[in-house]
Amino acid sequence: MAFDSFSAFLAMGGHGPYVWACYAMFFLLMGVVIWWSLRQRRVVIAQQQRRAAPMPSADERPTASFTRIESSQD
Amino acid sequence: MWQIFHKLGSPKWFFGIASTLMPWLLVAGAALLMTGIVWGLVFAPQDYLQGNSYRIIFIHVPSAFLAQSVYIMMAVAALVTLVWRMKLADVFVTAVAPVGAVLTFLALFTGAVWGKPTWGTWWIWDARLTSMLILLFLYFGVMALGAAISDEKSSARAVAVLVLVGVVNIPIIKYSVEWWNTLHQPATFKLTEKPSMPAEMWVPLLLSVLGLYLIFGWLACLRMQTHILAREGRTRWVKELVQARGN
Repeated sequence: MAFDSFSAFLAMGGHGPYVWACYAMFFLLMGVVIWWSLRQRRVVIAQQQRRAAPMPSADERPTASFTRIESSQD
Repeated sequence: MWQIFHKLGSPKWFFGIASTLMPWLLVAGAALLMTGIVWGLVFAPQDYLQGNSYRIIFIHVPSAFLAQSVYIMMAVAALVTLVWRMKLADVFVTAVAPVGAVLTFLALFTGAVWGKPTWGTWWIWDARLTSMLILLFLYFGVMALGAAISDEKSSARAVAVLVLVGVVNIPIIKYSVEWWNTLHQPATFKLTEKPSMPAEMWVPLLLSVLGLYLIFGWLACLRMQTHILAREGRTRWVKELVQARGN
């Protein structure tokens, strides 16, 4: 253990703000990348499921409809 | 030999292997990284010169190390794309470029914040810092170029050429601390010598580097799988796989 107390650990001998700013940024950005990657995957799977879903039969289909144009941003 | 090579390039085969590997990569990576960081923050001794600010090293070095390795891996994949037209290689390049950009930014950010108490300045335009900034712009360039060309094949080729041209920057980053005068300290780990710091410092550092490597592996698998699902939507195995995930 390199520190005598918890407050000494937080203070980091006066370098606390520098050390903790770095660790905060590191975990924040890694978290964002991981969250974003997981979300992208869910979006793509949902997209493919919609594409693979069978077309509704003629009488279920609304008479007028919008056409969904899917374009990938990747 | 060629059969293995073709199998390796098959998105379906890769998808299965990645699914098996991913839980291991994530668990082992997180465990190693957290061990390294807690060890480094709480138990490693104070540096006699820099005090406690040096504890930034336990995330600065892994980020910087990965930022460069990811680019080298991308360059190898780019070569494979150009020579063998392997789809999976291009999937790798486009999938990991944003991760590389984030790691490069983290290396620059933690370096700047570390520089303030240690050198007295956030930034200097020396060779090491400038070449790292160029690496960040290279990652941005790869992402922008990939997004700008909609045709899959021409996009893959253009991106691969850019990645290979940019690889010149890697040896410049590596040797910048030896070729030019700089405030930056020389490399911590060298293959030929023992580290210049005590084991209580370099062991946790090595653990966090390995941990971040494994987490990158997990992220790369995850992101490549997403790209494969998006690109191979017309194939039967993707349709079946997507259906099996529940409606």
